Amino acid sequence: MGKIGIIIWREYSTRVRNKTFIIMSLLGPILVAGFITLMVWLPNSDKTEQKIMVVDETDAINISKLPDTKLVKFYYPKVSLEEAKKTFYKSDFTGILYIAAAAVEKDPRPIFYCKKSPSFSTENYIKTQLEKKFFEWRLASNSINPVVIHNSKVSIDLATTKIDDKGGEIETRNEYAGIFGFACAVLIFFFVTVYGMQVMRSVMEEKTNRIVEVIVSSVKPFQLMLGKIIGVACVGITQFIIWMILSTTLTTVSSSLFLSKVINDTETMEEQKEVVYKQGSNANFQEMQKPGTTVEAMEVIKTMISLDVKEILLAFFFYFLGGYLLYSALFAAIGSAVDAEADTQQFMLPIMLPLIAGYMMTIGIVQNPESNTAFWGSMIPFTSPIVMMARLPFGVPAWQIWLSLSLLVAGFLFTTWLAGKIYRTGILMYGKKISWKELGKWIMYKG
Amino acid sequence: MSNLLSVRNIVKTYAKHVALNNVSLEVPEKSIFGLLGPNGAGKTSLIRIINQITGPDQGQIFINGEPLKSEHTAIIGYLPEERGLYRKMKVGEQCIYLARLKGLKKKDAEVKLKAWFEKFEMGGWWNKKIEELSKGMQQKVQFIVTVLHEPKLLILDEPFSGFDPINANMIKNEILELRSKGATVIFSTHNMGSVEELCDNIALIHKSEKILDGSVRDIRKQFRTNEFTVGFRGNMIGFTNALWTGAELIDHRSEDKDTHFAKIKIRQQTNRNALLEALLPVAEIISFNEVIPSMNDIFIQSVQKTAGVTGTKSNYTE
Repeated sequence: MGKIGIIIWREYSTRVRNKTFIIMSLLGPILVAGFITLMVWLPNSDKTEQKIMVVDETDAINISKLPDTKLVKFYYPKVSLEEAKKTFYKSDFTGILYIAAAAVEKDPRPIFYCKKSPSFSTENYIKTQLEKKFFEWRLASNSINPVVIHNSKVSIDLATTKIDDKGGEIETRNEYAGIFGFACAVLIFFFVTVYGMQVMRSVMEEKTNRIVEVIVSSVKPFQLMLGKIIGVACVGITQFIIWMILSTTLTTVSSSLFLSKVINDTETMEEQKEVVYKQGSNANFQEMQKPGTTVEAMEVIKTMISLDVKEILLAFFFYFLGGYLLYSALFAAIGSAVDAEADTQQFMLPIMLPLIAGYMMTIGIVQNPESNTAFWGSMIPFTSPIVMMARLPFGVPAWQIWLSLSLLVAGFLFTTWLAGKIYRTGILMYGKKISWKELGKWIMYKG
Repeated sequence: MSNLLSVRNIVKTYAKHVALNNVSLEVPEKSIFGLLGPNGAGKTSLIRIINQITGPDQGQIFINGEPLKSEHTAIIGYLPEERGLYRKMKVGEQCIYLARLKGLKKKDAEVKLKAWFEKFEMGGWWNKKIEELSKGMQQKVQFIVTVLHEPKLLILDEPFSGFDPINANMIKNEILELRSKGATVIFSTHNMGSVEELCDNIALIHKSEKILDGSVRDIRKQFRTNEFTVGFRGNMIGFTNALWTGAELIDHRSEDKDTHFAKIKIRQQTNRNALLEALLPVAEIISFNEVIPSMNDIFIQSVQKTAGVTGTKSNYTE
């Protein structure tokens, strides 16, 4: 180690003490947590009562009224649209729901007039209620009993279970596993890009500062490059660990406030279900499942537990490291070849392409984790860190993981070797427009 | 005197361009060695090879008789022509970092650094960032970084370029002091005045080849042209006649009506004393000095002379 150790320490300590790093490390999890809370909270935050005047030129709604909620109330004055509109702005109604007579034959195209745009949840509520009404109304006008239709509906919940070679069964939940895998893949994509770019900037800084020649008179260029790459990797890992600890703490705090309620609700629901079963009556069962969000939350938690989190974290660590090492070497090579950031563009594209391709593949993988694309994507070192992370939660045979990891190691050894060749020449080359051909020449230089 | 550095038959090629063609040098211990040559001659390439930044295609380099190896970086101090420091890093921290890369222990580096800071009156700079310092201050820091680990071999590429006259003088004195303490100094420069002042030996590289080397004294002797300036009081025509066949007048200037300075070239077979004897009756001699060619003249003369001979077109892409 020796000199590389000194370089790693400098790269690490100057970065970790940097204000941006400290702010990002602390703010990252808070921002993410805040964003999620906001997403959950925002749609439910609109607490103003909506008084909606319904002007119905058909009789679709007049037969049975739209159900009111705490926040949305419907009124049915017998007025024409013209009259309603005239008095609307001075009245205390917040909206007019207009259903034209033409809705009988064609697609019903109701119009909602309002003073202020309604919240997403209000709009959604009106929409779903109208859909339901029109559906029932059309059934009725064709003399079909809506209850028959209702009872004929079946909701299928496919329990996917894998059987391994020892005959053991593992239940996998594709949806949630998919989301989890996708999140891991995105995180790797993010880390590789962000820290790869940091390596590139840092190499460029040394080159444009002209300190690099002083340093390479003490250490080999390859040692300097490697020290930098490893140093920045340590920064990445530190940031990840801080994020993990902080988010765990944040989740524990918020779960004591929020999650306990969810679990309680679910428990009482399970009890109620049992009561319903015992009574042998299935009629009300559908209604029971309405608060579906709590059930889903439980499923996500169950999935997370059924997935071996430790194994995935370990895989995340190795794939992050492998992917990062592979790409950061290439980023370092680019940084060494150019004089200014503007010149990086032409070299960045071919490096970003496989990264983005890997990211795109993961979308397909969530649909079909065992496809050919998924297999090859998770073997080729340039995409495997992202693609394999997306596949892992669905269960991947051990030999594939080992093969993919060995290929990744071979891949980064290759790129580091290649980058070292370019780096060595590039850092001392100034004022020259660099082409791909030129880079090729540098690789061929001896000594 | 033994040679600290031997460069033997070094060849270095970049793609189409030959940077060094069979260059050999001997640098005696505890001397100051000037590496001269026009821009693009190959000086920096050679310096980089000695610093093990790049490797030669052919040839060998010996330090104290041992083939060059990575441990040798610890006894070499290098000040590149294009130099710089980490702008955002603090002065003290930065110097210690660079010293540690040269193999110094952190504590030793601190002690030495403090001594240098005192010497150059930079006490308050320790916790300043480089970007807060003036250019002259940065140059001092850069010089300290180069010599902090007490290198046996100090390689300075254009050490005076970019330094203001005060700092340049300071560096000059430090170079002399370091030599007296036992360091060997190689420096590459275009400043021929500093070569005459400082160097014991030189080598001149032109178009990738060494065209001249030796001690400064010997080289100047070798380039002697037998030219003298004679200051005298008397009649210019009488003086010219007295020269007769012994020497020819090249140039002259007159200070006043009967004070003249003449530049003469004495012919090979002529005895200097005999010439003086011939002059004495016609003029009162004020001064009689040999014109020793300056390093500048020697440089230009050598480069121009070889331009036609070794001037094979090198494909300059760099």
